[in-house]
Amino acid sequence: MEIKKAAMAGTLESSDAQVTVEPGNGTIELSIESSVIHQFGKQIKATILETLNRLDVKDAKVTVVDKGALDCTLKARVECAVYRSNDITENLPWGGVIK
Amino acid sequence: MINAVGRDIPEEVLKATGKDIFKGAYANAGVEYQKGAPRVRANGDPNRDKQVSSIAEVLKLCGIRDGMTLGFHHHFREGDYVVNMVMEEIHRMGIKDITICASSLGKAHDPLLPMIEDGTITGIESSGVRGKIGEAISTGKLKNIAVMRSHGGRVRAVEAGEVHLDISFIGAPTCDKCGNMRANGGKSDCGVLSYAMVDAQYADKVVAITDCLVPFPNIPASISMIDVDYVVVVDEIGNPAKIASGAAKPTTDLRKLKMADYCTQVVVNTPYFKDGFSYQTGVGGASIASTISLGKIMEERGITMGLALGGITTPICSLLEKGLIRKVVDTQDFDLGAIESIKKNPNHIEISGSEYANPFNKGAYVNQLDFVILASLEVDVNFNCNVVVGSDGMITGAQGGHPDTAAGAKCTIVIAPLLQGRIPAVCTNVTTVTTPGETVDVVVTDYGVAVNPRRQDLMECLKDTKLPLKTIEELRDIAYSIVGEPEPVQFGDRVVGVIEARDGSIIDVVREIKTYEFQD
Amino acid sequence: MSHPNKKRLRRSMMFLNCQKPGLIKDPYIYKPDSIMLDLEDAVAENQKDAARYSLFHALQEIDYRGVERVVRINGLDTPHWKEDIRVCVAGGADVIRIAKTECAQDVHTVEEHVLAAEKEFGRPEGSTLLMSALESCKGVLNALEVCKSSDRLIGIALSGGDYTKDLQTVITGTGVELQGARQHMIMAARAAGVQCWDTVFTNLDAMDVFEEEVKMIKMMGFDGKSLVNPRQIDIVHKVFTPTQKEIIFAEKVVKEIDEKKALGIGVFTVDGKMIDIAFYDGAQRTIALAKASGVYEGDL
Repeated sequence: MEIKKAAMAGTLESSDAQVTVEPGNGTIELSIESSVIHQFGKQIKATILETLNRLDVKDAKVTVVDKGALDCTLKARVECAVYRSNDITENLPWGGVIK
Repeated sequence: MINAVGRDIPEEVLKATGKDIFKGAYANAGVEYQKGAPRVRANGDPNRDKQVSSIAEVLKLCGIRDGMTLGFHHHFREGDYVVNMVMEEIHRMGIKDITICASSLGKAHDPLLPMIEDGTITGIESSGVRGKIGEAISTGKLKNIAVMRSHGGRVRAVEAGEVHLDISFIGAPTCDKCGNMRANGGKSDCGVLSYAMVDAQYADKVVAITDCLVPFPNIPASISMIDVDYVVVVDEIGNPAKIASGAAKPTTDLRKLKMADYCTQVVVNTPYFKDGFSYQTGVGGASIASTISLGKIMEERGITMGLALGGITTPICSLLEKGLIRKVVDTQDFDLGAIESIKKNPNHIEISGSEYANPFNKGAYVNQLDFVILASLEVDVNFNCNVVVGSDGMITGAQGGHPDTAAGAKCTIVIAPLLQGRIPAVCTNVTTVTTPGETVDVVVTDYGVAVNPRRQDLMECLKDTKLPLKTIEELRDIAYSIVGEPEPVQFGDRVVGVIEARDGSIIDVVREIKTYEFQD
Repeated sequence: MSHPNKKRLRRSMMFLNCQKPGLIKDPYIYKPDSIMLDLEDAVAENQKDAARYSLFHALQEIDYRGVERVVRINGLDTPHWKEDIRVCVAGGADVIRIAKTECAQDVHTVEEHVLAAEKEFGRPEGSTLLMSALESCKGVLNALEVCKSSDRLIGIALSGGDYTKDLQTVITGTGVELQGARQHMIMAARAAGVQCWDTVFTNLDAMDVFEEEVKMIKMMGFDGKSLVNPRQIDIVHKVFTPTQKEIIFAEKVVKEIDEKKALGIGVFTVDGKMIDIAFYDGAQRTIALAKASGVYEGDL
């Protein structure tokens, strides 16, 4: 999927994450800030990249500010931001590329 | 060298500090030693006036010089002005290389940061640190290795002469011209002066700092004039609003209430829960809630507590007033209710830090505890606790009486919500060991209760209750199944602090914090 | 054949805002019978999409440890409900709570979309249960037709806030404004053989008043109550827990009826009370409640 415009999802509350996607420069540029970076940095990065890959996002600037979100929340926030950047809110591929 | 809790203590740290590795919570029982003693200047002259007009002046009279070790207490908690007031003057005088040996330091002492950076302060020894000082130590700004000691451990270190206090500054809510100090009354009422008592007896020079000079004799005194060299009157020694506030509203957080309920069920199902039992608890929401629910059961069953020990809060004082506690033995007051109680209730009594928790005197109160209820940032599958180093690797907490009471009590209960955000409280290895697992008996979480396998007797008492008993490994596995398995914090190589066990040995080290790096 | 979970125990049904990750990650530790993950009122209009992604992954990845997962979807008068149904079914929600149900046709409309979604996402047809919230005078008056509208329908819940607005009154605390609706709905539910739940109680500083209300709705025959805070769960469960006396009596009734039926005796006495087969179901319910409450130690 193409990132058509900047879009954001999530909050800075505890157990949540705020994900921003913006049109990229030909590749995935990922920045992660997390309150649990030491313990879960690797896992957070892997989850974000997997989710982007599933959504076939290849070209984007992605900024994650994590406040101890579980993987299921990280995925939800990434997906939401990506679909928002395409103005899609209906007929989503639940169980397909969203899983 | 690997110590008794499996931590590798580098040789150079042992060499630099002259300390031994930790060999077990009770390894040094029975050791004989010669106490340290202060060098005292005899008063002699009946006409000598102890009052000095300023901090600057008293520093000169005490012979302040580079490299000295200064003692402070933390009874004013986050409202303390004394440490900053004294250190600012020392800073102005250009003195360097000072070691601060405080019973604890907090965010109130953030203004010391520039003094750490410019070498005025090169050593910190404390029960714990928070805020900017914690960051300064963790980021390697402090020249020497910081030493974290329990309350009992500090008294031991001073009495055993391992720490020699050159000058101790004792903030006193009230004081007379001769140096008799009381913790009650005045503008900065803090209830007790327990942790300052060892300073009065063992520092070469003892300075009373007060904002309320009262007529002689200010008795009964917490600290007597026999140990005091000088008295300085200043405008304010603390911010009363931050020294103590009204009693915290009992928690309505169901998670905490649930843990409190489990904790109470553990207590009442042990054989120690009988008339005259002794008890200590912290100030966390769950601890206080368990005190309240325990009180109800005591009332129903007609059981009286013989002794409530340690840091005191209003709920404990309420039980005292109801006649459900015989003696409250106090080393720290956490709210106004506790401060009022010690003023008016003859069964609410102040003791010294040594009487409370020193493992090397001839008998401390902690050894008489049946129960202690403690909190912890992390507990590992060996029941080791960490109460000092945060999940980001930063020093941000205090041992306080945690290791002392855990070692002394017959039943040590640690309460922790299984998950703090994404951080599991029960884990394979705590970031830093501050209290050894051999002294921790029961871990209470919102997901279940684990009994230390060393305590089959407690297991036997609890197995037929409705408590959700789990092994500690099961609790860890539940946590990991929800949040994933955490990786260890990435530290740098340099050791910036040691966690000293009660007996003065090294139970763990704290290394310099490092910016997280993705490995690939 | 009806869904095996259609009549499961539902004393406590706790609302949770889908948009708050901290709330939905482990509510099972409070042990409600059901959680109601809310896509409707608790979620701001511009976060409806975000809540669905959170819901989907929560349903798929969080082990709710046997707690039933109900999802409250947005009303049929909104642009959101169709996608809400798709995500519920795809995620595997146990029950969909239909907000603002007015008549049987509303249930049929939802059912049609649920069936389509079950086909789309390869879920067994009929696996998604439904419940209806009645939030208007019309809805309450149509309670019986709603209760009979679908084999998927597990029951009806009163939504007192909107209902009292429609009545042109407010929640008074006396219960007088809800009397008619409560009485009518429980009768309709029983007539159709489905369950019935009372409205939320929102004043968390008046737990004693809450407990009185729970006692009252239990006496009226309700199966349980919608809840807004985990602190309310234990109170509901306590009220719905049968007393030892009730349990012992129910046990005797069940055993005696089983025994006497074999002997061909229709009417007899237990503890001086005239008993016949009509007591059987009630006694079985008491035993089931006692088991769920963890207080049954017998062998039935």
